[in-house]
Amino acid sequence: MNYRIIRYTLGCTLYIEAFCFLIPLLCAVFNSEFQYIPHILFSIALCVLCGFLLAFKKPADKTMYAKEGFISVAMSWIIISIFGAIPFMTTGFIPNFFDALFETVSGFTTTGASILTDVEALPKCLLLWRSFSHWIGGMGVLVFLVAILPLSGGDNMHLIKAESPGPAVSKLVPKVRSTAKILYLIYIGITVTQIILLKLGGLDWFESLALSFGTAGTGGFGTRNSGIAEYSPYVQNIITIFMILFGIDFSFYYLILMRKLKSALKMEEVRGYLLIILTAIVVIMINCYGMYSNIWDNLRYTAFQVGSIITTTGYSTVDFNLWPELSKTIILILMFIGACAGSTGGGIKVSRIMIFLKGIFKEIKLAIHPRRTVKVTMNGRMIEHETVRGVNVYMAAYIVIFFVALLIISIDNFDFTTNFSAVAATLNNIGPGLNLVGPVSNFSCYSDLSTFVLTVAMLIGRLEIFPILILFSRHTWRK
Amino acid sequence: MKIIIVGCGKVGSKIAEMLSRENEHDITVIDLRSQVVSDVANKLDIMGLTGSGANLENLIEAGVEDADILIAVTGSDELNLLTCLMAKKAGNCQTIARVRKPEYSKSIGLLKDDLGLAMIINPEFAAANEMARALRFPSAIHIDTFAKGRVEILKFRITENSVMDNLKVCDISTKLKSDILVCGVEREDEAFIPDGNFVMKAGDMISIITSTTGAGQFFQTIGVKTNRVRDCMIAGGGDTAYYLAYVLLKSGIKVKIVEKDEKRCEELCQLLPKADIIHGDATDNQLLSEEGLEQAESFVSLTNLDEENVLLSLYAKSKKVGKIVTKINRIAYDKVIGEMDLGTIIYPKNITAEYIVRFVRAKNNSIGSNIETIHLILDGKAEAIEFVIKANTDVVGKPLSSINIKENTLIACIHRNGKVIIPRGHDTMETGDTVIVVTSNTGYEDINDILA
Repeated sequence: MNYRIIRYTLGCTLYIEAFCFLIPLLCAVFNSEFQYIPHILFSIALCVLCGFLLAFKKPADKTMYAKEGFISVAMSWIIISIFGAIPFMTTGFIPNFFDALFETVSGFTTTGASILTDVEALPKCLLLWRSFSHWIGGMGVLVFLVAILPLSGGDNMHLIKAESPGPAVSKLVPKVRSTAKILYLIYIGITVTQIILLKLGGLDWFESLALSFGTAGTGGFGTRNSGIAEYSPYVQNIITIFMILFGIDFSFYYLILMRKLKSALKMEEVRGYLLIILTAIVVIMINCYGMYSNIWDNLRYTAFQVGSIITTTGYSTVDFNLWPELSKTIILILMFIGACAGSTGGGIKVSRIMIFLKGIFKEIKLAIHPRRTVKVTMNGRMIEHETVRGVNVYMAAYIVIFFVALLIISIDNFDFTTNFSAVAATLNNIGPGLNLVGPVSNFSCYSDLSTFVLTVAMLIGRLEIFPILILFSRHTWRK
Repeated sequence: MKIIIVGCGKVGSKIAEMLSRENEHDITVIDLRSQVVSDVANKLDIMGLTGSGANLENLIEAGVEDADILIAVTGSDELNLLTCLMAKKAGNCQTIARVRKPEYSKSIGLLKDDLGLAMIINPEFAAANEMARALRFPSAIHIDTFAKGRVEILKFRITENSVMDNLKVCDISTKLKSDILVCGVEREDEAFIPDGNFVMKAGDMISIITSTTGAGQFFQTIGVKTNRVRDCMIAGGGDTAYYLAYVLLKSGIKVKIVEKDEKRCEELCQLLPKADIIHGDATDNQLLSEEGLEQAESFVSLTNLDEENVLLSLYAKSKKVGKIVTKINRIAYDKVIGEMDLGTIIYPKNITAEYIVRFVRAKNNSIGSNIETIHLILDGKAEAIEFVIKANTDVVGKPLSSINIKENTLIACIHRNGKVIIPRGHDTMETGDTVIVVTSNTGYEDINDILA
């Protein structure tokens, strides 16, 4: 194994994190929160120092195989989470290490689950740091690294593959670096649009930025204790639309930019995704009929909640704990489905579900006509057997991890719905669950052990299981 | 430039590898085998697409509409030609096709014009030409030509007891009175661009640059036999053997081909009436001795099996055959094979790839830089770049000794109005010259880039 390239990649990731800390630093300067500046400067200094120690010597051998890619990505995410937690601990707002780590991992993995009971007590700079960690984690730190740093050539694809969600990650253009750049440019473009629209809706710059970062990464950290409920209907609608937009595969936007509207509209996954959203909204609206004063309020609340949960953002305008059972169950199912592959959203991903279902139909056809040749297709193209197998293995691993996590956190002796939805909400990077961890509550009730298990679940969910498993497999480290 | 490569076999992936190393092209490969495509796309910074190249939809998805060059190198000639034709119609790109069947290659000129192809490459023919060149200049292991054939870079090994052993590079012109320049030395795994104080040792592979006529004189001075071979024994009678025999016979070299398939022997007999076609197994050393291997001046192993070729060449070496040429098709252990001292080793896939890459570069240069040609020398560790000197450069008119040049960079040759100058300190570069620069640095695009 090429340890040097892993070390170097980790160092560069820390440089990027130091750079990201400039956002809360500027926020502290503009909002006259001078007492926090030393804490942020300390974090920056620590990142730069450790980054320098790791990346000081450029490796002579820059080859990176799949193994190095997976390990670099898994370790980078662990390291940025630990360093990202520093300001929360030094300022004393979250003194417990496990809680601070939970909060930062929740940020980077775009989960948005919090252990804070009073969000508004935090200074603006730290709130913005939480939200910005969503933004950078949404598209990926290493994708950003690849976009700006001329590492070696094709080997970088392994980094992007390990970090980007989806069953089969492919490039938009021949060069990895250009692909990463295009992804980030689209990402920045849509985010800026949202910031401007929110600013026009009467929010101040701080809240426009914080909410846009939270939406773009499909994260879910807000700036108020009440979530999004207090904002005007205009702001809520803007957030609804942008949440759904950020849950779409980014190659959809690339195709539109390339004026290939036809092929963009033919993308099966995007169609499926929009169809699921539409169906869920209609069913929940009927189910919740009469709960809200008029049909428009009903639509606004339902659309917001459906968009928020399927894209795994986790913002809330109403307490869906109070909804009828059917609606609550739909919300729980949406948690597992998740957004499109190649978006910033989490969950199992619509394309995986589609391939999985198509695989089931294929088996049924085969059972009836054993000699029939059936192939799973997507967007009119045949899907490689490898991909189908990958999806099946993913589902199996997902279920195992889900139940292991569920078993451990049930030591804390909360009710089943709370525990089940807590694991679902963290493993799928959503944020709020049901009952005790519902939209108006938080995760502070859990013990350190459970907090840690849920932290790991978030990382596993964001990196799609295998990088983390590979990191802890002893076969990886055997000489 | 945007380049599409259809067919991702040995040659296709080699071309993709060489072009992607240059880092300025957007490359897409198309192949029917998804495994091959994903392997290459994972290894190199390129895009892969599974499907047939003759399918218009696939070509459009690969971006043929705004591609600059399409290279069709699948195993089938017909498919290659069809793909090129289709690409030409769908977009406006330069097309290159690999056409290897001898019956097609005869009408190659006709095809090229009618199908609007920019280049047709026949790997066997190209390999045969390379071999013929090596046989005409038996002392050199590898030859690259520049300035439209007037300048050559020759690579050869310094033998024990050679006058070159323990000689300083700067003493060559005084002691040997030869107008050559040593532009590269390979010793074991390392490659050097030597300065005047470098001492050459026996066993070194040295690359010299000289005019085509200067080479003969130089080899005579150092006492190496330079005459071209008078006869040649070829093991294996495939297409390459046919082309090689054809070329050699034309320049008056006697050819003996050993082929084990009787039918093929009859065919060859008809195609090459002047050659001796022996029906027999080339791995039978008694047969080889009977046919006069010990007396042969050169031996070329061209069977279909790489391993067999290596062994045959080793055997020929043990029998003190003068010049040995070995064809390696598939196996990739260049370094190990290089150490075995099998004379000139020809990798047909590399030759094909190099021809095509050279065409792409020339195409690229006509757009931007002042590079005329680039050759990889010293086992790919260094480049020999041919620049055109334009009026507005800083180097014009100054004696070379007064120009401060970057490390590991050498001005190896100046070519002015058909005259080849091996430069010394007092020479100058003038507008309109072509200059060959040898360097182990990369990324030179203009003659000014060599300045420190």
